[in-house]
Amino acid sequence: MKKMPDKLGHFGIYGGRYISETLMPAVMELEEAYAKWRNDPGFKKEFSYYLKEYVGRPTPLYFAERLTKKIGGAKIYLKREDLCHTGAHKINNTIGQILLAKRMGKKRVIAETGAGQHGVATATVAAMFGLECEVYMGEDDIKRQLPNVFRMKLLGAKVTPVTSGSKTLKDAMNEALRDWVTNVYNTFYIIGTVAGPHPYPMMVRDFQSVIGNEARKQIKEKTGKLPDLLIACVGGGSNAMGLFYPFLDDKKVKMIGVEAAGEGIKTGKHACSINGGTVGVLHGNKTYLLQDKFGQIVDTHSISAGLDYPGVGPEHAYLHDSGRVDYTPITDKEALEGFQTLCLTEGIIPALESSHAIAYAMKAAKKMKKNSVIIVNLSGRGDKDLNTVSKAFNFEI
Amino acid sequence: MKTAKKEKTIPKTRISGLFEDLKARGEKALVAFITAGDPDLAATKDIILTLEKSGADIIELGIPFSDPAADGPTIQASSERAVKKGVMLPDVLGLVKEVRKESEIPIVLFGYYNPVFTFGLKKFAKAAKSAGADGVLIVDLPAEESDELKTELDREGIDFIFLVTPTSDDRRMKTIADKASGFLYFVSVTGVTGARTQVSKDVSSYVKRLKKFTDLPVGVGFGISTPAQAKEVASYADGVIVGSAIVNKIAQNSASDGLLKEVGDFVSGLKQGIGSN
Repeated sequence: MKKMPDKLGHFGIYGGRYISETLMPAVMELEEAYAKWRNDPGFKKEFSYYLKEYVGRPTPLYFAERLTKKIGGAKIYLKREDLCHTGAHKINNTIGQILLAKRMGKKRVIAETGAGQHGVATATVAAMFGLECEVYMGEDDIKRQLPNVFRMKLLGAKVTPVTSGSKTLKDAMNEALRDWVTNVYNTFYIIGTVAGPHPYPMMVRDFQSVIGNEARKQIKEKTGKLPDLLIACVGGGSNAMGLFYPFLDDKKVKMIGVEAAGEGIKTGKHACSINGGTVGVLHGNKTYLLQDKFGQIVDTHSISAGLDYPGVGPEHAYLHDSGRVDYTPITDKEALEGFQTLCLTEGIIPALESSHAIAYAMKAAKKMKKNSVIIVNLSGRGDKDLNTVSKAFNFEI
Repeated sequence: MKTAKKEKTIPKTRISGLFEDLKARGEKALVAFITAGDPDLAATKDIILTLEKSGADIIELGIPFSDPAADGPTIQASSERAVKKGVMLPDVLGLVKEVRKESEIPIVLFGYYNPVFTFGLKKFAKAAKSAGADGVLIVDLPAEESDELKTELDREGIDFIFLVTPTSDDRRMKTIADKASGFLYFVSVTGVTGARTQVSKDVSSYVKRLKKFTDLPVGVGFGISTPAQAKEVASYADGVIVGSAIVNKIAQNSASDGLLKEVGDFVSGLKQGIGSN
């Protein structure tokens, strides 16, 4: 299970490299660089150094006692990625990629962003290492995630609005690919999730695996055993892959990836690529996509910009087919309930993305025994979502 | 085993036949790209026939796609208009069939992988053949992922055309040349499609390098928009490929009665540029 992908980046039938020829040599150069550095002691040491001293790792694995009591079932532990510098797990990956970019002699980095968390994490490491940074963001996402746009600008990044297509994350990724193809010699594309052409899905998973590696150690220290259930939200799926991957061979540990069901799968306004999609090819990889019967990508909807994407990382597609991980939908409404419950029981304001995982944990815990253990990946904090949430709850900030 | 250049037993296609004829006459091919269904399917048919009359030798017919990540603003907008009109792959195949009633001009279906993958590779190859298409080029399908589609296209005797770019090294040039048939499409820039004011001087040396690995004709495209550029490229390549500039002409005149004349005049100009070498 942990040996995927194959040499050309396939997870079973998924993954691979579906990009224009101009970019092929660039991803092959990246693949070689990653193969060279991933096990290099100097690289590993530097990566760990920044994760500890700059990001603030290890993040706590916090026992949410009042939430657990309120639900009245399994013990719920929160992996506090919201406490990472910049407020989400995204920075684990951007640190890894910028260290590679530096070793490859690239002078400029680009990124796509949906909620803005990956954009902020990229702008942050670019500022820290003194590289030029441009972030592509859909015009609609810019409107709903304004605080993050301002943060990126403060960090010296250029934020370029994307006005094509649905003006959200997928279009930002199209535009980033167009930039990369144009500036391929000097530019490193920092992809924010476990998708894209090989080696991105593998490499981003590896960088994010620090989440699961820490959680595995922490839960054993706290409970003396492995957890019964892991829960994480899945858009592209980087926080979920990061938590799940180190546990894949622990057969007794169940895993649930929570997809954004928006207004409900039946309404068509959702972002459930696995639960509501079919296999196709987009943004460099083969995976489950939300598309019509002619292979045109359709508009998605989620209250959470970070999950509002019509695809999913290819390893998730593989883990779904193999039955190792279950993927389940949570609606906007349920996510908002999860959001509010966590605020009121634990004094933690979660990101709307992570609120999907919380909402499912509330459902699942109820049905489980009191000595069972759940780990929920609290992938980010909710400050960026206050505008969206205030509208949803009809109160003024 | 010796790596002698492959003797292909596949029967001559319209594309290879065309390049042979042109070569015998000492001429170069003009390849014209347009998006199927922009402004609408009936107009596209008339445009194709006009392009042929005006001197185009091969038509690249763009299959509309919602996420054309390799295209610049002109073809993005064109593709978006066609998608909005509901022009899908089956319609594009139907259009080829219609054109075939009146013309023998070689047609290359040009697009992104997802619509083709979703249609089904085998079904696509058969339908393309029966419609009368001669070649297929999939922008986001590099040599490494192309075997499944190649098997189906080979079975039907449809040429599989690949992109070669300034970033392709000798090894990749060879890998790609070995898989391709019909002709090779050399991309003159590192970038997306779109008209540019100049064609880089390096392109001729890239084409020369590429010729070491193949006997296939080499067309050069991306950025070519004037007769002078066409002339320059024709001095070292076997074909000159023009896309965005024609798509622009169509977009500018789509509401006017003069659409066909404008497009025809523009393409005649390109053809004259090529012929003036």
